[in-house]
Amino acid sequence: MTTDKAIEINSLSKSYGKAKALDQVTFDVQRGEIFGLIGPDGAGKTTLFKILVTLLNADEGTASVDGLDIGRDYRKIRNVVGYMPGKFSLYPDLTIEENMEFFANLFGVTVEQNYDLVAPIYSQIEPFKKRRAGKLSGGMKQKLALSCALIHKPSVLFLDEPTTGVDAVSRSEFWDMLHNLKKQGLSILVSTPYMDEASRCDRIALCNTGKILDIDSPSNMVEKFDGALYGIKSHEMYNLLKDLRGNKTIINSYTAGEYHHLLAGNGFNADVLKQVLLNKGHKDIEIKSITPDIEDVFIKLLSNEQH
Amino acid sequence: MTGFLSFVKKETLHILRDPRTMLIALLMPVVQILLFGFAISTEVNNINVAVVVPHWSESVRQSVEKLSSNPYITYQGAIEAGEIDQHLRSGKTDAVVVFAHDYDKVLNEWKLNGNGETAMQFVMDASNTNIAQVGAGYLTNILAANQMSSAMIPETHMLFNPQMKSAFNFVPGIMGMVFILICGILTSVSIVREKETETMDVLLVSPVRPLRIILAKMVPYFILSCINLTSVLLLARYVLEVPMSGNLGAIIVVSLVYIALALALGLLVSTIAKKQVVALLISAAIMLMPIVFLSGIIFPVENMPSVLQPLSSIIPARWYIDAMRKLMIQGIGFIGVLKDFIILCIMTVVIIGIALKNFKDKLE
Amino acid sequence: MSNIESTHNSYIIQVKDLTKQFGTFTAVDHITFDVRRGEIFGFLGANGAGKTTAMRMLCGLSFPTSGSGTVAGFDVMRQGEKIKSHIGYMSQRFSLYDDLTVMENMQLFGGIYRVGKKEVYSRATEMLQKLEFSSERDTLVGSLPLGWKQKLAFAVATLHRPEIVFLDEPTGGVDPITRRQFWEMIYQASSEGTTIFVTTHYMDEAEYCHRVSMMVDGQIKALDTPTKLKQQYNATSMDEVFRTLARGAKRGD
Repeated sequence: MTTDKAIEINSLSKSYGKAKALDQVTFDVQRGEIFGLIGPDGAGKTTLFKILVTLLNADEGTASVDGLDIGRDYRKIRNVVGYMPGKFSLYPDLTIEENMEFFANLFGVTVEQNYDLVAPIYSQIEPFKKRRAGKLSGGMKQKLALSCALIHKPSVLFLDEPTTGVDAVSRSEFWDMLHNLKKQGLSILVSTPYMDEASRCDRIALCNTGKILDIDSPSNMVEKFDGALYGIKSHEMYNLLKDLRGNKTIINSYTAGEYHHLLAGNGFNADVLKQVLLNKGHKDIEIKSITPDIEDVFIKLLSNEQH
Repeated sequence: MTGFLSFVKKETLHILRDPRTMLIALLMPVVQILLFGFAISTEVNNINVAVVVPHWSESVRQSVEKLSSNPYITYQGAIEAGEIDQHLRSGKTDAVVVFAHDYDKVLNEWKLNGNGETAMQFVMDASNTNIAQVGAGYLTNILAANQMSSAMIPETHMLFNPQMKSAFNFVPGIMGMVFILICGILTSVSIVREKETETMDVLLVSPVRPLRIILAKMVPYFILSCINLTSVLLLARYVLEVPMSGNLGAIIVVSLVYIALALALGLLVSTIAKKQVVALLISAAIMLMPIVFLSGIIFPVENMPSVLQPLSSIIPARWYIDAMRKLMIQGIGFIGVLKDFIILCIMTVVIIGIALKNFKDKLE
Repeated sequence: MSNIESTHNSYIIQVKDLTKQFGTFTAVDHITFDVRRGEIFGFLGANGAGKTTAMRMLCGLSFPTSGSGTVAGFDVMRQGEKIKSHIGYMSQRFSLYDDLTVMENMQLFGGIYRVGKKEVYSRATEMLQKLEFSSERDTLVGSLPLGWKQKLAFAVATLHRPEIVFLDEPTGGVDPITRRQFWEMIYQASSEGTTIFVTTHYMDEAEYCHRVSMMVDGQIKALDTPTKLKQQYNATSMDEVFRTLARGAKRGD
């Protein structure tokens, strides 16, 4: 049974006691797509992963992976998925080579058989193959973990927060590797708490406390943003924020680094605002119109949700 | 390499690369056997004895000679009658032998008539009742039995353990404990560790059936236990000189069943616990404490309150220790431990059954 | 930033050639920098660049192999204990006790830093009011959402009114709204004169800092305001600056 969808999810729900970990989650992942699940801790990302790789049963709803039902065909699914759990740390007391061999044998293959697929990643750490996994740097550990998850040539790859706690350089390299794998036809579902990684995905789902807020491509998501967003700074950033909060023409304002971001409401006028702020004693005021990023989208969706 | 063998290899590497744990696993039985065998023994082999002699005669001298040459007694010399209390109180002296003033005369009376006045008195420090009782027994044997040929002193014969070596009794007890510790606790911790690091998730999300994951985990620990069994048996036989009069084959067969049972217990714990600390606590609570208190290692089952006696019969170690005592010390053949053996086999099957039913290929 | 200008000459951290060696490995290699009072100072670097080791020295948790300097007026070479009692510290890994209530946690840490009982109570009450969190005074910390825990942890770290607070990756895993609220707290503390020394993996957070230092292979390779760093490296974001600098790194963690 072939289908053009790598993953199909239909209103999956899951509760732990009273707490709803997943609330009516529905989305599809196309074949050969990198789909990003983006949200903070407690968004339900890990629970969703565990249900899809058949480690947990859902309370309600259905889903299939590679055309196989997660309930009925769960044993078959285990042959075709590659899974990297969030805390996944391999076996620190085994060497790179031993870890690789073990995970290959686990799926009844040898490292040589599927060497081609992992080569671009594995060859980077192969010179150190006698080194124990526990002694590797964060970036190298990540490469080994990815190699181990790939060694049996899965058709769908599940990566649960693979870049958490890894520095920006290694993170960026990791995303390059994912794009290479995509070219080889792999479908990838990846979760991350880092909003800035959204742009590296084909499509993303923004999620929070078990609910999906929106699904789209990162660029569409930004384009859909309705409302004018401005960046603003002055010599006194904390007081500036307090003064912005008191202004009726501003819907929302929040810290965002060098500039605060503000979402303009009815009657907003940058020049008027500047004058108001000058009167309040602010100096070096700068106001500029800016393009929203995924975080701005997320914040807007979350505030809509909360009101 | 097949999946199973590569699993066994991986588990073996885990053990080999953790030399500290391996050392503990291999040395613990040895140390325990030696400790219980030599240091902590209930037999009394050094009693400090002083004497009070109002009048030195030839027969008194002979008696004192006997005391001082006895290997179980340290002779501390003669003291005054008034010093007895002070000596015993100071703890330096365990017993004082007080000879009668007219010792020779009283002795002769005994020899002629078969009765008479008191010839000598033992004053014991009874704060340690064990030493006091055993010490009094020794002194009676050494002094009275030979001198008063006509007096009827009962002779005690010790069966099975003629030298009264308490180490003999401890050996089966230690075996009962060691296998539970190594197989039970180490296996459960090793499985739960994989849950904690989420490597278990990856193992489960693979075509390998859980049963094989579990069996492969048990193999190295089973081998480790066999090494322990060998070292314990060798130590017992050649260092502690336990007779091992029973059938060696039977000792090994019963022990192997018990080791399997301990592994199954470890597996059961690992299906319940999610954290290594919890696994350790559960193991200690359900495995170790009952063994120490209820299996008869320290308190004989017969002496337990009647409420606890049935409880002790669900402790596997009780049956194993019982069987080992019969086989190793009493020299009874396999038929003699058939009941213990069958009970152990049933327990093993039941525990494996529950454990496997509990162990799912999903997380809940 | 009047606050900083006015106290331009007073530094809370001044270190010169601070070095830490483990055997033949030089984890921190002659770092020299100053942090002004009231400044929000970002301390960035790749994994293994020596950030944690440097931070431990500045917090008085380990002594430098060589170098000199002061933190909050105490000598980093000799007065580790003094430094520890005059700074605040918060990390993502260790913050509060889940099985104690909000107030119990505050009382505990107040006690550790030898703030009087009554004083702890009044400061705690005031802080909870400011956070609009008074109603949760007697709630177990374990049952609070992660974002709240982190805000509370920050409040607890500043309960003894330290002149400087060290934040070790304080905002991992929280949602963007909570993360922003957290930064608001930092801005507020800074505007009240507290110095903030922060490490983070989020490069966009570097832009919140007044000045940022970048560590590569045990050395400080760049130190300036985010705006100037971006100009200097011809980059549009701090992420780019970081990547340009860290690409040349020889060691991982």
